[in-house]
Amino acid sequence: MRKAWAVLRKDVRAEYRTRYAVNALFLFALVTLTALSFATGGAALTPLLAAVFYWVILFFSVFASLAQTFVKESETKTEILLKLNAPDDAVFFGKWTFNLLLVILLNIVLTPLFIVMLNIQLSEWGVWISTLLLGGIGLVSTTTLLGALIAAANVRGALFSVLAFPVLLPLLVTAIRVSELCLGGSAEISRVDAYLVLGSYAAVSTTAAWLLFPFVWRD
Amino acid sequence: MTLSSFSHGSNNINFRLEAREVSKAFGRRIICRDIRVTVSSGESLAVVGPNGSGKSTFVKMLAGLIRPDSGTIQYRAGDQTFKPEEWHQHLSMVSPELALYEELTGYENLEFAGEVLGLGRGRSDLDELLDEIGLHGRGADFVAAYSSGMKQRLKFALAFLKEPQVLLLDEPTVTLDDDGVARVWSALAKRRLALVIATNDSNEAARAQRRIVMGVSSNA
Repeated sequence: MRKAWAVLRKDVRAEYRTRYAVNALFLFALVTLTALSFATGGAALTPLLAAVFYWVILFFSVFASLAQTFVKESETKTEILLKLNAPDDAVFFGKWTFNLLLVILLNIVLTPLFIVMLNIQLSEWGVWISTLLLGGIGLVSTTTLLGALIAAANVRGALFSVLAFPVLLPLLVTAIRVSELCLGGSAEISRVDAYLVLGSYAAVSTTAAWLLFPFVWRD
Repeated sequence: MTLSSFSHGSNNINFRLEAREVSKAFGRRIICRDIRVTVSSGESLAVVGPNGSGKSTFVKMLAGLIRPDSGTIQYRAGDQTFKPEEWHQHLSMVSPELALYEELTGYENLEFAGEVLGLGRGRSDLDELLDEIGLHGRGADFVAAYSSGMKQRLKFALAFLKEPQVLLLDEPTVTLDDDGVARVWSALAKRRLALVIATNDSNEAARAQRRIVMGVSSNA
């Protein structure tokens, strides 16, 4: 854990000084949200449409930035320094935690802006927050592993989207359905079922990513 | 006996790098074929050859960063055998393909490496390393502000941080001034390492006890 903490601290320190991932993450989210706000022109959105908007913004913001944690190591040639010195578990959990912090931070900023700019009525804050957290964990686990995978490839952006989309689709659909409930909708899904799906996805994707990471990282 | 039971700086155990029948090709281009080399503690091997002959690739294979198509690379400590990826705690590398974190200071780079390796190195230890390699008083500067020669010196400090048993060098002195070259060779002479140097510099290659020529069938 101490070694993973060292990787996390290094990434936070470097990010604080360069804003490499944060700029990509927040600018994409804010520009997309602003564009949607202008496009809808203040019209009332259905709960389903609002939920779709939120998760699409979140997904594509994540696509634009989270893979960068590994791509940057590859592009700046610091990857070998990590491979020769840091244990695989420390690299994975350090990067995973860093990505999770970014997603949590994005949600903290995005939720109030979403409510204000799209004139949204949000109820059931507890469900909303737990959905974002469980969905965020699944999202982060998948993108952290795929980020390590595509860091060695030449066509990174396209490859990441192509690989990530089918893997994240069940998470996306479930998260949108639960979020719809929080926005006043009547999605045909019980909260218990939704939590089971999101929780299972988070647990399985995190375990699978952790177990597969050494093969992706070393080979 | 496990790998971790070999302490850093263990000079009483003979460490040995062995490459057996190692071959590698990228597509139809053969990088090396059936290379056999052994390097033990206190020995040095120069890997020479023209540009593009596969010196850097061979060094990366020895570090376990690239897998050979055939053959084996092993590290031995006493009568125990380890794969390169199990050996990283005892192996350092200085290469143009290994970069430092430019957004961190010299100290922060060394501290980060020390932390992920689980080494307890204080500021005084780091200062000692920086002094040895000629970076006295520059540890608090950002690496982005370093010259290429200073970055190369810091890479050596990073390599020596873990007190490696095996040191792999790829073009080690190409960006160094005369003082840097002298300091590096002095630091290397003080340590009982299994040393592999990939170089185009004939003077540098001449310092090694043996040599292997890439691009032709050769063994050492």
